[in-house]
Amino acid sequence: MDAKKCFHCGLDIVPKEEIIFDEKSFCCSGCKTVYEIFNANGLTDYYNFEVAPGATPQDIKGKYDFLENEAIVAKLLDFNEADTQIITLHIPHIHCSSCIWILENLNKLHSGVSSSQVNFPQKKVRIVFNPEQITLKNLVHILSSIGYEPYISLENYEERKKSVNRALTYKLGVAFFCFGNVMLLSFPEYFDVDEFWLDEYKGFFRWLIFVLSLPSFFYAASGYYTSAWKSIRSGMLNIDVPIALGLVVMFIRSTVDIVFDLGSGFFDSLTGLVFFMLLGRFFQQKTYNFLSFERDFKSYFPIAITKITKDRKEESVPVYDIEVGDRLLIRNNELIPVDGILMSDKTDIDYSFVTGEAIPVNKKSGDKIYAGGRQASGVIEMEVVNTVSQSYLTQLWSNDIFTKKDERSYKNLTDNISRYFTPVLLVIAFTTLIYWLFINVNIAFNVFTAVLIVACPCALALSAPFTLGNVLRIMGKKKLYLKDANVIEQMAKIDTLVFDKTGTITSNKKSTIKYEGTTLSQSEEQLVRNVMHGSNHPLSRRLYEYLQKGKNTDAENFIEVTGKGIEGTVEGNTVKVGSATFVGQPKDESLKTNVHVAINGEYKGKYVFDNQYREGLTELFKELSKNYELKILSGDNEGERQALQELLPEGTELIFNQKPEEKLQFIEKLQKQGKDVMMIGDGLNDAGALAQSNVGISISENVNVFSPACDGILDAGEFRNINYFLNFSKNAVKTIKMSFGLSLLYNAVGLTFAIAGSLSPLTAAIIMPLSTITIVSFVTVVSNYYAKKGKKNTKHDKYHILSQAA
Amino acid sequence: MSVIYLLISISIVVAVGFFFAFIKAVKTGQYDDDYTPSVRMLFDDELKKNQNKENSNNN
Repeated sequence: MDAKKCFHCGLDIVPKEEIIFDEKSFCCSGCKTVYEIFNANGLTDYYNFEVAPGATPQDIKGKYDFLENEAIVAKLLDFNEADTQIITLHIPHIHCSSCIWILENLNKLHSGVSSSQVNFPQKKVRIVFNPEQITLKNLVHILSSIGYEPYISLENYEERKKSVNRALTYKLGVAFFCFGNVMLLSFPEYFDVDEFWLDEYKGFFRWLIFVLSLPSFFYAASGYYTSAWKSIRSGMLNIDVPIALGLVVMFIRSTVDIVFDLGSGFFDSLTGLVFFMLLGRFFQQKTYNFLSFERDFKSYFPIAITKITKDRKEESVPVYDIEVGDRLLIRNNELIPVDGILMSDKTDIDYSFVTGEAIPVNKKSGDKIYAGGRQASGVIEMEVVNTVSQSYLTQLWSNDIFTKKDERSYKNLTDNISRYFTPVLLVIAFTTLIYWLFINVNIAFNVFTAVLIVACPCALALSAPFTLGNVLRIMGKKKLYLKDANVIEQMAKIDTLVFDKTGTITSNKKSTIKYEGTTLSQSEEQLVRNVMHGSNHPLSRRLYEYLQKGKNTDAENFIEVTGKGIEGTVEGNTVKVGSATFVGQPKDESLKTNVHVAINGEYKGKYVFDNQYREGLTELFKELSKNYELKILSGDNEGERQALQELLPEGTELIFNQKPEEKLQFIEKLQKQGKDVMMIGDGLNDAGALAQSNVGISISENVNVFSPACDGILDAGEFRNINYFLNFSKNAVKTIKMSFGLSLLYNAVGLTFAIAGSLSPLTAAIIMPLSTITIVSFVTVVSNYYAKKGKKNTKHDKYHILSQAA
Repeated sequence: MSVIYLLISISIVVAVGFFFAFIKAVKTGQYDDDYTPSVRMLFDDELKKNQNKENSNNN
């Protein structure tokens, strides 16, 4: 039978800890409390929209004290008046309709909240409240108490209210408006029969069409002219040059046509072209609102920190106001924002985020501690040596790579083709012009313009946006979230893969511990736990946390033999914990990490620590090694070299002890050798390497929360599908090339009409949408076909939450 | 037949009216979040039902 699930959060319930309240089962008192709050306020509908939608509230004691500081609060608020304040909070837990419901009914929990509105795609809630009845700090406390803890970081503090860029939407609207009306008014001309009344109103229709095409030509298509102009100036002919040329020629020719009453002009094709091309751009512009690809250290840093004033009072100050010589108080699990000197006795600092080192570092009073570490034991006091901007961690961001990135130009497929397309087009146009000048001067100009009009590479320009846009969406559904469509083309070119170790090929989650051997009674478990208590070895620490909490008794005669194990006496029982030989057993040959236990000289059994490598790692590397050069870059020490060598295919290069800058330089060195490098990493320590690499993919256990600046975010559960994504990107490029062939074919057909001097506006009006529709359907069908090929089955566990949001 | 001038002009005016309505809708941010409102509109009924239930219990 399946384990019971918590009514509130849906996690498995440990039978011993089950709490039954109101005929419902809860996994912990936190979940029960949330239910009680909802129950008391008539908000139990929360549980009707979605099964077990909640999250266990975390302990936040003191964490939000900085919200008492008015200067900080003022920076965070959107609107601030005497009796009304508005704030927009980012809440990572927002994931279902229950969440929307409860957050929009906050006014039922506290009368100080007048209204609240959720933006689901961005995972944000905008709350209007009365500061006289409820302070921001209390509001945050209420949210946290119901499991919706907001995420407030240094980034919020600096954030300027940026206006949304809606230019493309406007342009698309204008283009569609013009296209629709022009098309409608052009219809009489299509069925041009010599009827009296049609002839009579021709002028009226034509001038109306002319007026309607003006906004489309001058406003909606303006992006193409500027882009074409830029590319001519830089001497690199991109696809926008022939497009702009075609549009301008089309407009002038059509205007001449109607002014001198020569024909109806090509305004219908012109406006249609502009509309379809803008539609392509719009389609390609898929953004994941709930993700951010531009994060730097600011999104990890707290806004404020507790400062100890000279008269030993605690006070919250903004991180930027920290000065050299200040005394700071760092609570358990808080991030150290600046470099400093430890004043407390001792502490453990987890630098895994900065360096990739998996094991917390032990520091003693007087040691230097660096920014970016997470404090892992109790409360400590430190003295500041460097301010935020001068700290070790933040200095990494002064590297050029973080400012240069955007300017690094790279030619995409379409631009590559247009380098040949444009000159060839001009040659054809002028050859026909000269040819017709000899035959019939009157229509030579007509033919010349017709060539430029029909050759306008509309279908060509649409191939890439529609293919890449579609691939981008498919990848998003499969939980690889890319920054933009260009990344797909880059991915197809990759020949070297560099992996980070900690957090990337290993899982960040605490490894599971299993016990094998004679079952230990509860009191025996307590004996082991109490012996563990005195040891600082990482395995002891993990075992200590794993064992059930009980009475603490200090171990006597405590001996720790480095590399072997520990021994101690508790309540008269001698307990030995350590390697097999240490407890008197034959040497252990298994690859897994084991900790053996003997009590009073009797061998009991062993605790097996599952290795933390991600599922499917060996198979993935085996497949990848066929086509790619593989490297592992780790900030950790060489401890795992052997284990990794056994797991991974031969030829995988393993490099250890790499500092963040060294990782960046390593990628740079590979690129200088002409390699196209994809970096796959996770923490801040990889940030430089991710930015330097051609494609930087960040692995994330929970895509909503953390990831450094990168080109794409991959859900950790899909790690084994990296090869699939790479193949898919290659096939996407193949699809684009195929559709290039198809659209060139259309151009050739159109050109034959034009060169022969028989391109009527009607022919143009048929060829243009026909080519567009075939190209769009072709690339959609083909890319969907490739998407189905070669996908591995992955477990659908709790990650299903994300697919709803995507 | 000159009524065609009038009719076409009216139709263009109507079209322009709708066009400006669209621009205004975009400007006020109606298209920024296209998911939440679709969920929100389903809530109101649930809430009323709940209140009615409470009322009937009280009676």
